[in-house]
Amino acid sequence: MSTESIAWPSTGAASPTFVDHLHEWVTTVDHKRLGILYIIYALVFLVIGGVEATVMRIQLIRPHYDFVSPQVFNRMFTMHGTTMIFFVAMPVLFGFANYLIPLMIGARDMAFPRLNAFGFWMTAFGGLLLYFSLVGANGLYGAGNAPDVGWFAYAPLTARTFSVGHSTDFWTLSLLVSGFGSISTAINIVTTVFCMRCPGMTLSKMPLYAWLNLIMAGLVILAVSPLTAAQIMLLLDRYLGAHFFDTQAGGSAVIWMHFFWIFGHPEVYVLVLPAFAFASEIIPVFSRKAIFGYPVMVGATVAIGFISMSVWAHHMFTVGMGANANTFFVISTMAIAVPTGIKIFNWLGTMWGGKILFKTPMLFCIAFLFQFLTAGLTGVMLSAAPFDWQLGNSYFVVAHFHYVIVGGILFCLFGAFYYWFPKMSGKMYNEALGKLHFWLFLIGFHLTFDFMHVPGLLGMPRRIYTYEPGRGWDTWNLIVTIGVFFQAAGILVFIGNLLWSYYRGKTAGSDPWDAWTLEWSTNSPPPAYNFAVIPTVKSRRPLWDLKHPDDPDWKYE
Amino acid sequence: MPSRGSTIWRILGPQIFVCLGGAAAALADPAPPLSPTNIFAPASTPAKSIFGLSLFVLSVTGAIFLIVFGLLLYSIVKFRRRKNDDGREPPQVYGSNQVELAWTVIPVLIVVALFMATARVIATIQKAAQPDNAIAVVAIGHQFWWEYRYPALGVVTANELHVPVSDDSHPTPTFIKLLSADTDHSFWIPRLGGKTDLIPNHPNSMWIDPHETGLYLGQCAQYCGTQHAKMLLRVYVQSQDDFARWIQEQRQPAIIGSAVSQGQRIFETTACINCHAVAGTVANGRFGPDLTHLMSRDTIAAGAASNTPENLRQWILNPAVIKPGSLMPAMQLSDPELDALTAYLETLR
Amino acid sequence: MTTTSLTLPRTEPEWRLPSRGRVGMFALIGAEAAIFTIFVVAYLFYVGKSLSGPTPREVLSPPIFYTVCLLSSSLTIHFASRSLRRANIRSFGAWWLLTIVLGAVFLYGTASEWHRLIYKEGLTISTNLFGTTYYSLVGLHGFHVVVGLICLSTVMVFTVFGDVKQEHAERIDVLSLYWHFVDAVWIVVFTVVYVVGR
Repeated sequence: MSTESIAWPSTGAASPTFVDHLHEWVTTVDHKRLGILYIIYALVFLVIGGVEATVMRIQLIRPHYDFVSPQVFNRMFTMHGTTMIFFVAMPVLFGFANYLIPLMIGARDMAFPRLNAFGFWMTAFGGLLLYFSLVGANGLYGAGNAPDVGWFAYAPLTARTFSVGHSTDFWTLSLLVSGFGSISTAINIVTTVFCMRCPGMTLSKMPLYAWLNLIMAGLVILAVSPLTAAQIMLLLDRYLGAHFFDTQAGGSAVIWMHFFWIFGHPEVYVLVLPAFAFASEIIPVFSRKAIFGYPVMVGATVAIGFISMSVWAHHMFTVGMGANANTFFVISTMAIAVPTGIKIFNWLGTMWGGKILFKTPMLFCIAFLFQFLTAGLTGVMLSAAPFDWQLGNSYFVVAHFHYVIVGGILFCLFGAFYYWFPKMSGKMYNEALGKLHFWLFLIGFHLTFDFMHVPGLLGMPRRIYTYEPGRGWDTWNLIVTIGVFFQAAGILVFIGNLLWSYYRGKTAGSDPWDAWTLEWSTNSPPPAYNFAVIPTVKSRRPLWDLKHPDDPDWKYE
Repeated sequence: MPSRGSTIWRILGPQIFVCLGGAAAALADPAPPLSPTNIFAPASTPAKSIFGLSLFVLSVTGAIFLIVFGLLLYSIVKFRRRKNDDGREPPQVYGSNQVELAWTVIPVLIVVALFMATARVIATIQKAAQPDNAIAVVAIGHQFWWEYRYPALGVVTANELHVPVSDDSHPTPTFIKLLSADTDHSFWIPRLGGKTDLIPNHPNSMWIDPHETGLYLGQCAQYCGTQHAKMLLRVYVQSQDDFARWIQEQRQPAIIGSAVSQGQRIFETTACINCHAVAGTVANGRFGPDLTHLMSRDTIAAGAASNTPENLRQWILNPAVIKPGSLMPAMQLSDPELDALTAYLETLR
Repeated sequence: MTTTSLTLPRTEPEWRLPSRGRVGMFALIGAEAAIFTIFVVAYLFYVGKSLSGPTPREVLSPPIFYTVCLLSSSLTIHFASRSLRRANIRSFGAWWLLTIVLGAVFLYGTASEWHRLIYKEGLTISTNLFGTTYYSLVGLHGFHVVVGLICLSTVMVFTVFGDVKQEHAERIDVLSLYWHFVDAVWIVVFTVVYVVGR
């Protein structure tokens, strides 16, 4: 079976060269190719971001260690955060969305294929711009290097006075550029979901994956734009003498925080909703049951989308907003726990009464359930503002958000990789290696992020390049660092598995998991046109209907 | 392939152990020496209110955790595909309105309870009125040191805050106004209270009423630049008498001898006085810490080094050895100049 | 042998989905609205907080004429669109040109106001908080007018070469949506800057 999706003219011309392949990929507007480009881009930056984290953890392995200087350490945490959020998590999730949404809704491509390519290349360029700062930020005066203002770049640390050279400018510009890419992709996703569904697929018959990415895209449109606005304001401050965040001229440092977190909080839902989407596709298939409570899942997600726009200042409980404002953000933040909890219960309900198969994708999703439960509960702790006055800006918060992003999102992402790898490559991955990856990463994750909560409880703030002995933080930091090496080993096994299986794996066939959504009805990998005939659907699980003609879903939905 | 049972424990074992172990370690031994900055060892009313709230929140979230964790565990054990499976799909259940209602209503009630407890503590701490006998301190954050002023008592000092102990029958809390001279900082002494940020052009205030004398540690908790990590906090809680004596000593200008020492001359004619002040002399700089009673402090460089003549000399020679990125420049003094200068500074008790 | 044409009864409803251009443009408008909201919030937050320099009351005068021009251009673009739907290319071209002219006049008005503010009143983006928020908000809007005019002019060029036909009416409608959005934003900006903020 050919993996080429473009038929070369049989005129006796020479077979495609490497440059031809490169040209094909660079000029592609095919959603599947762009999806793969996004995913590979993200994997490269995952490794880079992981190296940055490893450097930090080695520096913190014991007090007063000098593996790196404070200046390098501060650049590390800034680059690690910025890279992981903007050049790993968002691209990989957009990549999967690009790949899967048209296939799942029975379309031939996204609504705007050229805009799709534009979005990818903007994001890609943004990442390169950020890393160019390592050499380019020196400017005329020899100051500047990679940005070191933290990934949320609080004012006035980012003012010209405190951030000399161009490092902050590279941070600002790279996010501005990739922000345009993100907004473009979001517009594309919204339009595709509304305008490209196959006949019979009403919105209430779409796979949950499409729903959750739709809401995610809506959040991107509403939330990344404030960040864009704030970046423009920062550039105006730094270059045209504006005073948006200039406290000496009466400006406000707090308003940068508001603008940033109005982006920053919905952003974490932008990251987690696609992860929920993966879980909502994988868990039913490996439990052999339909998702429990589809309408409630949709409703809960819409509620999460709305509420998420109203909780941002829970990142600012210590800033001095006053008791009334603090109280408001407590209630809005606690409120969002309700629909989020409902989703966990619905996944539980899906597994309940099923026949669970513990293949690699499902292992990762099961771990996600336990870990996301924990992460959500530490979030509830942080939402109680006075408790946050102790826990905020400490390693407890760092542990909490890594629990969500690594324990929740990355685990679901690994599940998604294994689940859809056969579709994207036509080959099965190696199950034993997949399980090895799972165990290594699970152990490493828990060593690092479970124990990381403790130094926070014992008073260790974040973003410090070293710490004092005698505060009781030493042993915990050591254990946290050890976990990193297990995670690194897991990632190596993962990448090795992907590469090995791509070249040597068994043929997968179109539907290796006996699944129910439309992407499994076409070849693996799908041809350029996706479907020979655009399907017509009658229920949420069209392939279930085909496989069970005596007992189709549409009789019960 | 490992059996299903052991698979389960291997996923969950680490989780359970860590949660219990961590919680026990942190909570079981609240007083130092586990850690001098343990948030579960409160020694002041705001910290105690937070501690009380945290116990409530932890119990509620702990209970939720155990229940949901248990259900998840049960489901993956009970509903796993058995070896002798007949290959048929299980009954397809699409949802249940009653169940959805139940697991919506119960969380809402839990949220209401948590919210009310939280709102009460917010009010207790943030809406506390400042009594007349409170000690008023103004803390000004700098990159990378703390300036303290006691306006009513006429004292200016740096990095080591002294406050009187407070007795519940006659409370003498300390109310601290928080300002910043440059970027954002955050004042955090875990055993005395939650953290509050110091933000330029945005004055904040907080209060503490420590119940036991002693030294309380903390550090800046908002990233403020290169040496954020070594902007340490030391709060000395003293008896009323000791505190009064300390105030008296701090109010005095520097003891000036009849002859101006060589060290003093170096201090006053080089760039030192651009940044530093010594009350009673011509030195009146405000960019750096006030040095009038430098020798009354245990540490220098905001806690980065202990206050010994060797460290002091090293600091003046080249601060980057102790605190690279600190805004104090290396003074490029010769060895005899350094010796003289250090000797002068040693007289500033 | 005669053949009878057999019409099968339609058993399923026709599958209709919204137009891609419209949905995409609404999504873009949503994003732009969010950006403008942040600049408006900054403007309102900083009203009265400047430490020095000219105040709005001292130097601003509402640009009524230019506002009328811009808002009328929404009307003219609507007529243009209608003409194209009726395949009246000539009329379309005329209304379209008028829209561009009105937009350009508005830009001229902004430019001359800025010229006066900078050179006569001494207000620049770095003078004080009012200058910062005023130039950024009005400037962001002006930038969107410029982008709109570039798009409209491109269509004008195609029209002159006879390439715009009735079948393009839907696309012209989508572009008009953008132009209407720019005008709607001006209503908000005008109210915030010249009414509320003074």
